[in-house]
Amino acid sequence: MRVALFVACFNDALFPGTGRAVTGLLERLGHEVVFPPGQGCCGQMHWTTGYHREAADLARGFAAAFEGREVVVTPSASCAATVREAFPRIARAARDPAIARAAEDLAVYELSEFLVDVLGVTDVGAYFPHRVTYHPTCHSTRGLRVGDRPLRLLRAVRGLELVELPAAGECCGFGGTFALKNADVSVAMVADKVRHVRGTSADVVCSVDNSCLTHIGGALSRLRSGVRVMHLAEILAETGPG
Amino acid sequence: MTPSGPAGRAPGAGDGPVPPPMPKFATAARDALADTRLRRGLRSATEAGRARQAGAAAELDDWEALREAGRAIKDAALLGLDVHLEELERAVTEAGGTVHWAAGAAEARRVVTGLVRATGETGVLKVKPAAAREIGLDAALAAVGVTTHETDLAEVIAGLGAVPDGPDAHPDPARIRELFLRGLPGAPPDLTDDPADLVAAVRADLRERFLTAGVAVCGVDFMVAETGTMVLLESEGNGRMCLTLPGTLIAVAGIETVVPSWTDLEVFLQLLPRSSAGERMTPAVSTWTGITPGDGPRAFHLVLLDNGRTKALADEIGRAALRCIGCSACLNVCPVYERTGGVPYGPVHQGPIGAALTPQLRGVKSAHHASLPFASTLCGACADVCPVKIDIPEILVHLRGRVVESRRHRPVPSPELLMMRGAAWTLGDRRRYETALRRGTRWARLLSRGGRIRRLPGLLGTWSDARDLPAPPAESFRFWWAGRPSRARGGRP
Ligand code: SF4
Repeated sequence: MRVALFVACFNDALFPGTGRAVTGLLERLGHEVVFPPGQGCCGQMHWTTGYHREAADLARGFAAAFEGREVVVTPSASCAATVREAFPRIARAARDPAIARAAEDLAVYELSEFLVDVLGVTDVGAYFPHRVTYHPTCHSTRGLRVGDRPLRLLRAVRGLELVELPAAGECCGFGGTFALKNADVSVAMVADKVRHVRGTSADVVCSVDNSCLTHIGGALSRLRSGVRVMHLAEILAETGPG
Repeated sequence: MTPSGPAGRAPGAGDGPVPPPMPKFATAARDALADTRLRRGLRSATEAGRARQAGAAAELDDWEALREAGRAIKDAALLGLDVHLEELERAVTEAGGTVHWAAGAAEARRVVTGLVRATGETGVLKVKPAAAREIGLDAALAAVGVTTHETDLAEVIAGLGAVPDGPDAHPDPARIRELFLRGLPGAPPDLTDDPADLVAAVRADLRERFLTAGVAVCGVDFMVAETGTMVLLESEGNGRMCLTLPGTLIAVAGIETVVPSWTDLEVFLQLLPRSSAGERMTPAVSTWTGITPGDGPRAFHLVLLDNGRTKALADEIGRAALRCIGCSACLNVCPVYERTGGVPYGPVHQGPIGAALTPQLRGVKSAHHASLPFASTLCGACADVCPVKIDIPEILVHLRGRVVESRRHRPVPSPELLMMRGAAWTLGDRRRYETALRRGTRWARLLSRGGRIRRLPGLLGTWSDARDLPAPPAESFRFWWAGRPSRARGGRP
């Protein structure tokens, strides 16, 4: 299958390893990955912060970059949710139905949805011999409703010990610009998330949104906890020796 | 004219009582976050509330269908609000009640104060005081020499000074006992902190007032238009006494509480008790219609309060907030509320729904009101639990847009506006974006030590106060991609 990768601007700039992992993983599974170079930002941050005119411009740019692509895959649940859920709202706010139509014409999948629902695989042949806990991000569960798809993928990884995260469904406190505007509340929230993570004795926290992982990982790093954060794609791309 | 607040500022200057200037949410939240006792109380109360709601909802196979019915009934009722309110007025009047229409808080205060003074009473009982609090009634009555008495246990506790406002701060029993011993008339010196004992102490104090009170002011949960019936749910039964013993009963009700018929009410009598306290039915459900000679109050007044509601109703997205039936389920699941409690949201509507409703009712001019839509991570837990399916995050994002627009054309643009505009300008064009990627990466790497950035400049500084940022990579994804052998890049670029 030919897959257009929407890497998400955040990953493009800060987490290229995630994009490389998606590419490697999909190619390993026998699919062709293309990267439409006109892609930038879907407009999520501007939209959720209230800059709706700017969000509309960015959404139009996104639509133009992906026009005519049949299948779009992204390693960002919140960006997938933006296109699927927010584009019709952005269109309404901007009185520009073309933005909503563009979202309808595109099939945008978050990576775990694409693997499990479209490709029908849960065992992607990965090997990752570490103790891992999984944080289900708000956009992936309450937005996209990916349910346990990421967990099914993780359970099929050889060598991986999956430990359950207590109060997993609670928001990590990132919330885009919330983390800056309400920094104290945001930190109070991530402090609890970090407490739960450390209680699992996991070496790695995994998730399907690098934005939330930057938040959780940022707090873990400040504490010099030694716990790493990794995007699901990066774990699934690992095949180990041989 | 009625003085509208302790400061005695003339009414009519604004539509509400003189509010003490509230700080921005983030500022007010700081105090709450540092209050250990509050944090512990909130954590256990919200945790218990969540569990009770989940248990009570899971008992019903048709919970999702009920939620959908609740949503649809409220939407239809709000769409035909004018018709239902007129029907309600006719029915209440026929049943011997008197209906007053109040466009704003000042008008509502004037009406209620006038009614109370006409009775010659100097004390007023309050039941379900949210609407009274919304119109700033206590201060208005105090200004004409009338004292108000709380009757709800949580409100009594709040009134004794456990918390600066409202029933939502969840003080622990030991603290309540201290407060009672200090401030509750007739509290026995051997009072224990057993909740049953505490309730009994309040009841003994209240009974005296019930028997002597001449006037009560209450809120309502629902109004049934077809019969003109008021519906009030409460868990202690104190309210019921206030509704029946005083000679004059004055209900202050938001216009959005009207439902067309008893069939509609049936849906909400399932949704509300299960969502609020996780009960199959609230212990005391009172309904009354006008007056009944020889039984209960001799005079009944209904003050229908708009106070910004029709303005909210005119907003296609924001109006969904008016479906709220006041169950507090969204407060219990909100990770922000769990840590800040209700105070930072302001005195009337708290939690996520308060953040979605207050800026609609009061506007977004003040820094406090403008900060409310941003007091959420948009995690969506509230929307998932709401019994009338209010998509609170959608409303908050909508209101954020309103706040930004209202400040876009100020003579001096805010640093945030400049940053967001700059970001959109950069991200919106491939060449600019790629240049920024190259330069930004280089700059950011200068800030990093040992693979992490510990201090960020400017607006980003609040991030690095408590969180690191990984050092940006040497090469962005797109430059890596561009460097792949062209065969590996696939056909079409
Ligand atoms: S908005 Fe909150 S308080 Fe209102 S009905 Fe929904 S869950 Fe209950």
